[in-house]
Amino acid sequence: MLNSFVVAATDTVQQFAQATAGTGDSLFVTIMKGFSNLAVPIILFVVVVLGFFKKIKVYETFIDGAKEGFSVAVNIIPYLVAILVAIGMFRASGAMGFFIKILSPLTNLIGMPAETLPVALMRPLSGSGSLGIVTELMTKHGPDSFIGRLASTMFGSTETTFYVIAVYFGSVGIRKSRHAIASGLIGDLAGMLMAVFICHIVFG
Amino acid sequence: MNYIWLALMVISLVVGAFTGNLGAVTAAAVDYAQTAVDISLGLIGIMAFWLGIMKIAEEGGIIKILSRAIRPISKFLFPEIPPDHPAIGTMLMNIIANWLGLGNAATPLGLKAMKELQKLNKSEDTATNAMVVFLALNTASITFIPMTVIAVRAKLGSANPFEIISTAVFASTCATITAVTAAKLMQRLPGIRKSDPNRLPKTTEEGDNNA
Repeated sequence: MLNSFVVAATDTVQQFAQATAGTGDSLFVTIMKGFSNLAVPIILFVVVVLGFFKKIKVYETFIDGAKEGFSVAVNIIPYLVAILVAIGMFRASGAMGFFIKILSPLTNLIGMPAETLPVALMRPLSGSGSLGIVTELMTKHGPDSFIGRLASTMFGSTETTFYVIAVYFGSVGIRKSRHAIASGLIGDLAGMLMAVFICHIVFG
Repeated sequence: MNYIWLALMVISLVVGAFTGNLGAVTAAAVDYAQTAVDISLGLIGIMAFWLGIMKIAEEGGIIKILSRAIRPISKFLFPEIPPDHPAIGTMLMNIIANWLGLGNAATPLGLKAMKELQKLNKSEDTATNAMVVFLALNTASITFIPMTVIAVRAKLGSANPFEIISTAVFASTCATITAVTAAKLMQRLPGIRKSDPNRLPKTTEEGDNNA
């Protein structure tokens, strides 16, 4: 345990050094990367050592907690099947094209290139689907074009709302999600609009 | 959810019939059912791991310390949860994992937090206000290094793959604030207030009612 922690920490320091020396990443990126790499090892170290000093039987307690992993994962299955099947069918049907036609006059008004509309529509539905669209756009227009930058920003600005709701609620058996989807989608809409706005300011 | 699910199904089938994609639609259904199972089962290992660690953290008192540390914020976001309840500390860990882009840890921690929130829920199958706010934080989640899209940009030869970090952080912060505000405002609407499980009379503690 301690050994692997040391190895992980050394690795991170090396990556740190490489990152600062070579690529010209900004300081912010370097610091955040360092945090990301070290966060899990530090959490594990603190939890286990503190648990030991508090006279907890760490191994037994770990097993006790870990037991529930299986049931949580299995509980999610029906919820995830329901939502992913519906989203998969929706994508395969080509219905997205109609929505794009209907909405494109609106997006032109706010200075959002029509090409990026599919990203905005797909983002809450499917992570892999929207990443596919973003990749395609960047391949066609270049990652450093306005469209490429906007599409990347859109992808990075929210999570896959329907997936999160299905998995999180599914794990505890919540079927009536009340206003969760509405507030999630309102957040997504705000994220997409603000992505257009900030990209015009920063990259425009 | 009922209407959204129904709409997705009906639209897909009708549009599929008109565009001649019906075969593809059916194939997608089968495909995605399998994907859903793969994703769920793929969570077992990492889920068990984090649940084990979190159990030690809980008994060691770390979760309680975290919960107390963010009392001012949690009192505002989750007024109905007791400030030193483990749900608060677990939610904080989930949010931090999201910020750091630790997808592998964020989901198990989030699900652990849902479990804690469910303990405070008087209903078996209806979301509480606290759950909706927590979900709003997660669906719009801020990530300081959106690694997936940065990797794609780098692969496609971007001069600066990281340049979208600031714009993405800005947009996702706005998205998060909007989603939480929307959740907070909507919970006051009469129809949504009526379905709040916290308004239910305290149910008798029965563990066997999991139909």
